[in-house]
Amino acid sequence: MMYFSRLKAAAILGVCLLGLLVSLPNVLPSPASWMPWRAVHLGLDLKGGSYLLMEVDMKAVIKERLDGLVDGIRQALRPGAIFYQTLEAQPDQNRVVLRLRDPGKIDAALAALKPLVQQEGSNGTPDLEIANTLDGTITLTLSPVALHARASAAVQQSIEIVRRRIDETGVVDPQITQQGDSRIVVQLPGIEDPNRIKQLLGKTAHMTFRLVDEAANAKSGTAPPPGVEFLQLEDERGGKIAVRKRVDVDGADLTDARAGTDSQTGQWVVNFKFNSNGARRFADITRANVGHRFAIVLDDKVISAPVIREPITGGSGQISGGFTANTANDLAVLLRAGALPAPLTVVEERTIGPELGADSIRAGAISLLAGFLLVIAFMGFFYGLFGWFANLCLVVNLVLMLALMSLLEATLTLPGMAGILLTLGMAVDANILINERIREEQRRGRPPLAALEHGFQRAYATIFDSNAATFLSHVMLFVFGSGPVKGFAVTITIGIATSMFTAWMLTRLLVSRWYLAVRPRLLPV
Amino acid sequence: MFIKPRMRLAPDDTKFRFMNGRIAGLVVSAILSTASVVLFFTPGLNLGIDFSGGIVMEVRTDGPADFAKIRGALAEEHIPDQGVQRFGDASTVLIRLPTQPTEAGTQVAVSKVRSALESSVQGAKIVRVDAVGASVSSELFRNGLYALGISLLMILAYIWFRFEWQFAIGAVATLILDVTKAIGFLALTRIEFDLVMVAAILTILGYSTNDKVVVYDRVRENLRKYKTMPLRDLIDLSINETLNRTLGTSMTVFLASLPLALFGGASISGFAWVMLFGIVVGTSSSIFIAAPILLFLGEKRLRRDTVAIGAPETGTAPRF
Repeated sequence: MMYFSRLKAAAILGVCLLGLLVSLPNVLPSPASWMPWRAVHLGLDLKGGSYLLMEVDMKAVIKERLDGLVDGIRQALRPGAIFYQTLEAQPDQNRVVLRLRDPGKIDAALAALKPLVQQEGSNGTPDLEIANTLDGTITLTLSPVALHARASAAVQQSIEIVRRRIDETGVVDPQITQQGDSRIVVQLPGIEDPNRIKQLLGKTAHMTFRLVDEAANAKSGTAPPPGVEFLQLEDERGGKIAVRKRVDVDGADLTDARAGTDSQTGQWVVNFKFNSNGARRFADITRANVGHRFAIVLDDKVISAPVIREPITGGSGQISGGFTANTANDLAVLLRAGALPAPLTVVEERTIGPELGADSIRAGAISLLAGFLLVIAFMGFFYGLFGWFANLCLVVNLVLMLALMSLLEATLTLPGMAGILLTLGMAVDANILINERIREEQRRGRPPLAALEHGFQRAYATIFDSNAATFLSHVMLFVFGSGPVKGFAVTITIGIATSMFTAWMLTRLLVSRWYLAVRPRLLPV
Repeated sequence: MFIKPRMRLAPDDTKFRFMNGRIAGLVVSAILSTASVVLFFTPGLNLGIDFSGGIVMEVRTDGPADFAKIRGALAEEHIPDQGVQRFGDASTVLIRLPTQPTEAGTQVAVSKVRSALESSVQGAKIVRVDAVGASVSSELFRNGLYALGISLLMILAYIWFRFEWQFAIGAVATLILDVTKAIGFLALTRIEFDLVMVAAILTILGYSTNDKVVVYDRVRENLRKYKTMPLRDLIDLSINETLNRTLGTSMTVFLASLPLALFGGASISGFAWVMLFGIVVGTSSSIFIAAPILLFLGEKRLRRDTVAIGAPETGTAPRF
């Protein structure tokens, strides 16, 4: 128990030195770029910044798929002259219900609908379940597998688009991660007013080019004919405009969008370019519809509806719509980054100014130092030499904690600082247990070496059991906690691990070397 | 001071008859915990926005804050606030807004307060905004309860596995009593109950478990050592033997938390006060609650081997 081979002693000291080395990056700047230089990250609550928790609107994702399905059904039934009484998307039940006018045509209808079923995922499960009744009602329900696949695809895609949009704003070091099934965490260090970013992320920016239905437009105020909808016109004229639901060219085919000024009018515009597919479709549509109006629709609002004067075959175009420099720029950013698959809403926001963060660091550092000194004084006063051994271990413990946190690139939060402080208090518990036990063994009449042997051995079982129980409860805190609380759990868990090492290995080594050097007849415990 | 200890927290070989106070201990604890449960319902916890939802904004002004002016600025914009109060020093103000009907409304309200303050209160600076939607707040609350419940189960399972079931039940029953008292303390002091407080309660749980395990560990050891000693004397002996350690550790944790409570800043000092309370409760409950429960549960069972005096020294002792 009290014997350490040279190798073992060297290993223990090696771990301590390594810890010191690894924790250096926290106080020194990196000497060379090729060196791994990992330091503890400061949480947003300490360095200031904005944390946004955003929810992907899954209902919109499902609704979009169902609306697409309704369109598909309409087109699939037309060639076979299969007529229907009602055709309706029911997003709440994840299904589309179709009621045929002639129940006898049900087999023909089922055959026509078959191509609409898509394969989902790697194992190719169909994404639709089709059921029918004898009276000619067909229901097409999205399968749970398909719902799940769509949801996770939507979140993944949203993360990508959010990242692109934020990168355009020049925020340094943003962190964008998925949380749960339908949420995205956006962390923006150094951002004091996240309003602009929230505005950028608050738009799906789904742009479509569709033809204006002039016949329906004349009868505004009445119910629109099938396949046509009235949308808000955003330019200087205002009012509503009748637009066909059919999308002629989709914004997904854009390759670039830049804000600029029109050389003739001097107004702010957004210039855009299509990829080859988009350019071809744009050319076809404009060629066939010269003299008609073409609506540029963004998120169900018409930005402008210019008249097509001549076929546009070059694959590029211009949007004008009473922009200012800012709005033109924002639109260009949104178009470049692409459309979100579904609207995002901010469900949680935490923004902390840098001065508050600096205050927290100062307050935390003062308390940490004061607490540290109090514990050290207590141990020296109540346990003498063995208390100073414990104090040395406490310092090493702090260094090792810092080292482990740097290696894991853990985030230090304000509760995390409180966690370090508590760990300091609890870390000496192991030493107290050891010291008390040695004292007891000596009082029972054991000679010094035997008292040390027994003291360490008996205390070990206690230390292990008491720490294991604490360890388990903090692992739970890490699993179920969120944000700053996770940081707290991390520091305590790491602290328990390092304090077991210092108490069990380092203290024992120190005591054993001291004993060999001094050979006291009575232990000063 | 550098070689010999200067002082002891308790003298060696104390012979306190702690178990004589077992009824008193349990009764006092039951009264305090019952009072805490009552306090939990009326007036209830002062829920922070993590759990209640809503918006909190911390504002700093040049010099002492002019509350009337801030309230006026908000009223002018028709922003119904739930309180404008001092937070820490005189130039820091906390503005609370209720949960908005929609998530989008929350964002609108934050922007409105921002512009109202920036235009009408000179030098006002918003240094913190916390906005938590209703769906998130209920989720955070649920997760907090899960963490608490699962922690307790883990502790129960661990102590059961390493000791005997009487120890596990004793520890967990005591921990539940400790936690209710901490909640009573929170309700009484009106310290805001937020996520950080869940962390504080779990830390108390961890600390208190630690403390109980140390006493139980000694009971387990003495059960093997003194085969014929009545359980009641044995528990008293174990507590007396570990008294210096129990007091020593609670002193160090107390000393480490004290500066945090005094200078930790407004947002963390609440946490530290709860910790300090928890240390006192956790330490005393190891002696006056956990040990008596063990005595009641184990009086017949843990000492069943004493019936046959002169039985072999091994075999029926609790497993280790």
